Amino acid sequence: MERLVVIGNGMAGARAVEEILERGGRDRFTITMFGEEPYGNYNRILLSNVLSGVEDEAGIFLNSLPWYEENGIALRAGVRVERIDRFARVVRADDGSITPYDTLVIATGSRPYVPPIEGMHHPRRGYHQGVFTFRTIDDTRAMIRYARDHERVVVIGGGLLGLEAARGLQQYGVQVTLLHSAATLMNAQLDAQAGTILRRSVEHLGITVEVGARTAAVVGKDRVEGVRLADGRAIPCDMVVVAAGIRPNVEVAALSGLPVERAILVDDHMRVLDEPHIYAVGECVQHRGQTYGLVAPLWEQAKVLADQVTGRDRTAAYHGSRTATKLKVAGVDVAAMGLTTPEHDDDEFVVFAEPRRGVYKSVIIRDDRLIGATLLGDVSKVGFLMQAFDRGLPLPEERVRLLFDLGGPAAEESAAELDDGAQVCNCNGVSKGALVSTVHSGVKTLGGVMDATRAGKGCGSCKSLVAQIVEWAAGGAVEEDPSATWYVPGVPMDKPALMAAIRAKGLKSVSAVFDALAGGREDAKSKMGLVSLLRMMWGEEYQDERGARFINDRVHANIQRDGTFSVVPQMKGGVTTPAQLRRIADVADKYQVPMVKLTGGQRIDLLGIRKEDLPKVWADLDMPSGYAYGKSMRTVKTCVGSEFCRFGVGDSTALGIAIESRFQGLESPGKMKLAVTGCPRNCAEAYVKDLGVVAVDGGRWEIYVGGAAGAHVRKGDLLATVDSPDEVITLTGRFLQYYRENANWLERTYSFVPRVGIGRLRALLVDDSEGLATGLEERMTAAVAAYKDPWKEGADPATPGQFRTALPLLPLPRVPVREGGQA
Amino acid sequence: MTANLVEYRVGAVAELPVGEARAYAVGADTVAVFRLRDGSLRAVSAICPHAGGPIADGIADAEVVICPLHQHAFDLATGCSQTGQPPLTVYPVRVDEGELVVGVPAAAISNLVPGAGSTTGVA
Ligand SMILES: Cc1cc2nc3c(=O)[nH]c(=O)nc-3n(C[C@H](O)[C@H](O)[C@H](O)COP(=O)(O)OP(=O)(O)OC[C@H]3O[C@@H](n4cnc5c(N)ncnc54)[C@H](O)[C@@H]3O)c2cc1C
Ligand code: HEM
Ligand code: SF4
Ligand code: FES
Repeated sequence: MERLVVIGNGMAGARAVEEILERGGRDRFTITMFGEEPYGNYNRILLSNVLSGVEDEAGIFLNSLPWYEENGIALRAGVRVERIDRFARVVRADDGSITPYDTLVIATGSRPYVPPIEGMHHPRRGYHQGVFTFRTIDDTRAMIRYARDHERVVVIGGGLLGLEAARGLQQYGVQVTLLHSAATLMNAQLDAQAGTILRRSVEHLGITVEVGARTAAVVGKDRVEGVRLADGRAIPCDMVVVAAGIRPNVEVAALSGLPVERAILVDDHMRVLDEPHIYAVGECVQHRGQTYGLVAPLWEQAKVLADQVTGRDRTAAYHGSRTATKLKVAGVDVAAMGLTTPEHDDDEFVVFAEPRRGVYKSVIIRDDRLIGATLLGDVSKVGFLMQAFDRGLPLPEERVRLLFDLGGPAAEESAAELDDGAQVCNCNGVSKGALVSTVHSGVKTLGGVMDATRAGKGCGSCKSLVAQIVEWAAGGAVEEDPSATWYVPGVPMDKPALMAAIRAKGLKSVSAVFDALAGGREDAKSKMGLVSLLRMMWGEEYQDERGARFINDRVHANIQRDGTFSVVPQMKGGVTTPAQLRRIADVADKYQVPMVKLTGGQRIDLLGIRKEDLPKVWADLDMPSGYAYGKSMRTVKTCVGSEFCRFGVGDSTALGIAIESRFQGLESPGKMKLAVTGCPRNCAEAYVKDLGVVAVDGGRWEIYVGGAAGAHVRKGDLLATVDSPDEVITLTGRFLQYYRENANWLERTYSFVPRVGIGRLRALLVDDSEGLATGLEERMTAAVAAYKDPWKEGADPATPGQFRTALPLLPLPRVPVREGGQA
Repeated sequence: MTANLVEYRVGAVAELPVGEARAYAVGADTVAVFRLRDGSLRAVSAICPHAGGPIADGIADAEVVICPLHQHAFDLATGCSQTGQPPLTVYPVRVDEGELVVGVPAAAISNLVPGAGSTTGVA
């Protein structure tokens, strides 16, 4: 048996060994792997998902410890190789061991580059305890642990890694500032225009971005207190993450006399130059002058290396890779490959930019071949573009088809045309052939194939191509992923079928639904959605089970980060009285409310109320609940309108109060925030509400639906223009009821309205083309009649201990107390 | 096992609504006791390891509880998180003459308070 030793148990090292085993390596070699990290091989790419909480640690391991055992590999995890003696053919490790080899593979990867920044280190303790890099599981764990109890983080570096770190860290409630020394984010992959659009999208996520910001120093001796920029600006923070690039790990190779420039030099056989027994693979290699910082090239490199090491194919050669970059940040899609700007006069350059929506797309074509592409905001075409870029596929005559799906057969053709070896998922190295054989082995759902191969589970950008291939391979027999259409995850039915079954069987409680429709299996994640649906369907007949409600709906208040609650009394249309204000002030004094704040919905919020005080607070307030806590009708925001405003053309305040009085507290699939404004100046922001009413000249009213101004911003679509407030109330009732009955759980109107289509909504609700209107109105009237103010419940708890504190040990309040009144 | 347990009577089982949980002081720990729909009981530490959320205010089914603050899920029988968080501690719990009895491993109790624990907070 020959002895094969591998230095580096990361993505490249482990993949190379897998490829060697596949070529009969088990019978030829005794294999020893050294890995500095004390784990099996895991998918480093997915650390971004671990940080953002999308994936758990256990889910990212590619090779578990038993895998090494089963394949007869001696894994030396947690052991670092310090030196190679290429004449004696042994490696020396930091545990004092000396291991002989016949063939050696170096796969040491890279480490984070830390720029020379003053104060990054504690003089005696190495890295400052608040300073982090982002490369390993241990780095990720340490960041998560630290971020949980710190407030502000500065991320240095606005490339791929920095953006993913910034977004991930937000998960832990820290404020994130991203510092980037160049003028545009991801400047290695994007041109200035695309970079500017990206910046805006990132800022929309709540991340502060500073470009042209060179970090000069980390300030703070024992704790990080901030960073100072080269231009003198100071940014306070208590945590710093450095994501300023990577450097190949070449020290061991260099020290041992191997040829090293930026990385270890290899030939087309992945052999280290002039070293017959030593190979290298992954980020630590330099091939034809090129180094790579992405995984796609290493899959190809590993194959060539295995062919050579096992002698399976002595002609196998690596010719370099054409890589594409994709950003794995939910809500900000970026894919880029090749050139960012045209270089020759006759390069074709096709650009589409829609900065308002955060969309930018460009392709660069030379001699009828794709040599560069950038997609921002909408990456639906990335599958085809990557294949075209990588393999030089023929391009459509109409270049715009590269940027948009204009219909036609393009998609299916591309799935059929790809050859079996073509890599579809670059994150997990899954080929078309692997997908096809999984389908042929009997897995017929997209989700099933993704689970079996892990294709589409990295950055997710290949999902549409994976779906096309699965569909094509199944020959049309692909089965729908059923759960995608279910109303809640624990009951296998879509909303219409579920409502029909509930009605047919007369199911009036959540447990009755589980018993009858889910085989008696409760599912915690489904309970809230079912409570909402059953309340909507049965009104007063609904049989309540407190445990099925979310805590907010058990105690009619909004839970806060420290386990206290916020109380928002109803204030219809944002109109209040001196008497109400006095009562609120008295309550705030009596219960030492730590913060009194005006809400965005024109009401007053009492924050930091202890659970056990809730019933007393309601009794003392003696005002109805404002429903600031439920998936329900929240508020109707109004402006002063014609009563006082010199521009007003309609009495928006009176109409807003009338709407809120009628529809108060109705439960719904998502929050419903409404507004009425007195003229198109739109002071009450009616254009961006779930339903917004705008008074226009001539005593008429416009009704907009499907607007939003939260994480998602959308202007509503005009449903109708009507002549009287009564008609506004009628159409509002029809729309809200239609939404309640047809929207999926947690589907806000901004996705519901475009899904159904404003044309169809107008036909159904305004023109009553299918005779639904009367039924909708009747059911809405019944729901309105069943309304009860939940705050009246307090005097007599619905269940024992309903208002008993769940957290007696935490000092309260932790919400910062503001000093008020000095203005 | 039982030999090393210190048991506390924390309150009447009738005061714990089916399908919900309540938090109790048990020795030096705070424990969330769940009364599942099938009548069985589960007891886990009451403070979410993620960011201190009140576990007793979570929604539960026969297997998991979901913390109300950020929706991390924990197995009620083992305490393990299904969403990558550190685990909750699991405590033995039983009913004796209509009262909830929660056990704490003796070693875990630093300063032994004599006598039974009592429910905390304002009932
Ligand atoms: C957070 C993050 C997100 C990423 N996202 C993407 C992405 O979306 N797409 C993409 O294509 N790429 C991405 N990458 C890059 C990708 O992870 C790397 O290209 C890939 O891991 C390189 O594999 P490698 O085996 O060469 O190096 P590594 O995976 O780093 O493996 C090298 C291993 O060798 C060990 N080692 C080093 N020196 C020694 C020694 N002397 N003795 C023993 N062991 C040693 C190291 O500890 C390490 O475990 C991302 C990287 C990170 C950190
Ligand atoms: C006990 C451990 C360590 C000590 C005492 C130490 C000390 C120092 C000091 C005093 C500096 C100069 C800081 C300044 O500019 O103010 C420095 C710079 C640096 N250190 Fe460390 N360090 C340690 C560990 C590390 C480790 C583990 C790494 C990387 C993995 C590292 C990487 C760097 C880098 C990249 C610089 C910047 C170099 C430059 O200025 O060009 N150090 N270190
Ligand atoms: S929206 Fe028009 S009516 Fe209302 S306050 Fe503004 S300007 Fe006046
Ligand atoms: S505190 Fe429990 S999930 Fe965040």
